Amino acid sequence: MTSLRTKPHLGLALIALALALLPFVVSATLGNAWLRILDFALIYIMLALGLNIVVGFAGLLDLGYIAFYAVGAYLYALLASPHFGLHWPVWAILPLGALVAGVFGVLLGAPTLRLRGDYLAIVTLGFGEIVRIFMNNLNAPINITNGPKGIARIDPITIAGHPLSKSLDVFGFTVPGLALYYYLFLVLAILIIVVGIRLQDSRIGRAWVAIREDEIAAKACGIDTRNVKLLAFAMGASFGGVAGGLFAGFQEFVSPESFGLMESVMVLCMVVLGGMGHIPGVILGGLLLAVLPEAFRHGAAPLQQALFGKTLIDPENLRMLLFGLALILVMLYKPAGLWPEPRHRAELKKS
Amino acid sequence: MDIFLQQLVNGLTLGSIYALVALGYTMVYGILGLINFAHGEVVMIGALVALAVMKLLAASGLPLPLIFLIALIVAAMACMVLGFSIERIAYRPLRNAPRLAPLITAIGVSIVLQQLAMMIWGRSYHAVPSLLPAESYEVLGAQITQLQLIILLVAALTMTGLILLVNRTRLGRAMRATAENPAIAGLMGVDANRIIAMTFMIGSALGALAGVLVSANYGIAHYNMGFMLGLKAFTAAVLGGIGNLGGAMLGGVLLGVIEALGAGYIGDLTGGVLGSHYQDVFAFFVLIVVLVFRPSGLMGEKVSERA
Repeated sequence: MTSLRTKPHLGLALIALALALLPFVVSATLGNAWLRILDFALIYIMLALGLNIVVGFAGLLDLGYIAFYAVGAYLYALLASPHFGLHWPVWAILPLGALVAGVFGVLLGAPTLRLRGDYLAIVTLGFGEIVRIFMNNLNAPINITNGPKGIARIDPITIAGHPLSKSLDVFGFTVPGLALYYYLFLVLAILIIVVGIRLQDSRIGRAWVAIREDEIAAKACGIDTRNVKLLAFAMGASFGGVAGGLFAGFQEFVSPESFGLMESVMVLCMVVLGGMGHIPGVILGGLLLAVLPEAFRHGAAPLQQALFGKTLIDPENLRMLLFGLALILVMLYKPAGLWPEPRHRAELKKS
Repeated sequence: MDIFLQQLVNGLTLGSIYALVALGYTMVYGILGLINFAHGEVVMIGALVALAVMKLLAASGLPLPLIFLIALIVAAMACMVLGFSIERIAYRPLRNAPRLAPLITAIGVSIVLQQLAMMIWGRSYHAVPSLLPAESYEVLGAQITQLQLIILLVAALTMTGLILLVNRTRLGRAMRATAENPAIAGLMGVDANRIIAMTFMIGSALGALAGVLVSANYGIAHYNMGFMLGLKAFTAAVLGGIGNLGGAMLGGVLLGVIEALGAGYIGDLTGGVLGSHYQDVFAFFVLIVVLVFRPSGLMGEKVSERA
């Protein structure tokens, strides 16, 4: 261990190697279904990191975060599918998605940021529902979102002329499409992590934390709280927009069902369970909550077979049940999250 | 005019049910400053327990209103136990934890209750037997059924009872004192833990009542019915000014009426562009507008934010 500590580059190289080999290890040992879950986990991590800016850094409880994810996803779906006959390239759509989601963030934030705490929570929740209801119903009189049926046959994400849904031969070595998506998502997730860390240590990041800790004091210190809060909303929203675009391209199908309140709650759980405001904690939370329910789903039926000789409880049912119990237990024993920010931990100890 | 009156009657009925649920949210919020996310699920459990009792007693030959009453009492008691346990297990240990921790346990409890209900009662919609008379009267061109009258009456009586309880009894005074300042109330000899437990139990009993009424109104009950109802009721509580009993009642009734009128007229108003499935948008839109202009709700007091 001491050698790794003195040579941080070696440690980084090892982590990079492990992350690069992970998709092959996963698909060889657990199968492609799990590689898919891993891809989704990366999307969820990006989402959780976006929400972490709003909830973790700035302390604004947002229960409608998934709306921005939906905006990004639908934008991709509309601009790259046979629905309107448009087939824009991905590098045009993703920045546009970030921008449009950011604008939505400001639109929601501007009138509501006077509200605090739980009032803001319920307004954002209402906003999330409004966006979902519009997606569900905007198939008449003009068919924009195709209603509850959703938009299918979306173009896969294509990079340098190669659609990532197809496997790629590199020097006679076949890299499956799911692994290609994994690498793309990994690179973007790392980018978002770096941006997050840089933001956290910046003037703006410190202003966010100041507002979270005491808004009046922050104002007295000369922080333009309204604009700084708006910025948090816009930044968080734009991360969500990018993640949404990736989701649409990866899934090749979007429907309003994917953007319910439960999804917002899920992302919020990732942030809080991992450790609000602490980027490594949030990553852990995102990974756990993306993987755990799937593990319950896959493990539940065989385990019951082994124990009782038959399936007593529907695995889907059991999966959610265990998930709910896990949320309760983790919070009871680790109220600040699994991996809280050291500063938070210090505060908790003191009081 | 007929449509207006008809929608007003429907809205008042629905709104009084929202108000009953909203009271559960607002009482807990007033005392603990906590959004009890699991409250919608308590309402659902109340409705399904009552349904089970009704089915059990259906062959007993008892008069129908009596069966209804027994089902209501059993459901209320079950929900009181449930509310008490939720508070004890998921909220009390976290009373001094970071603010979002109890919110997450509440979400966990909500998921667990929904899954348990699904395991016990299945995924299907259950038809609720109509035990109450369904004849309707015509008032100024609008149809009002006996069921709607009963719902309105029960809701009004319950709310009057609650107001008397909170304002006129020892328990009510202790509740108000705890909401004001738990520490000082404790110094004055109020057992805050007991009061909080009582608050949860009263709120849950109201929720059970609302669950029974709403399932009787629509004639169906299922494991997922608590979610949207809870959401609407919480919206109503915020609309009226959360923590304020009168506000919850006003907010609930107002939300019901706005929704019913909105659903009735939105098609005409927009020339058929927006249909009645935008009913929910209406409710949330009104909420956002109200909060933008009155950030603490219609009847909420202007309070400085507790850090």
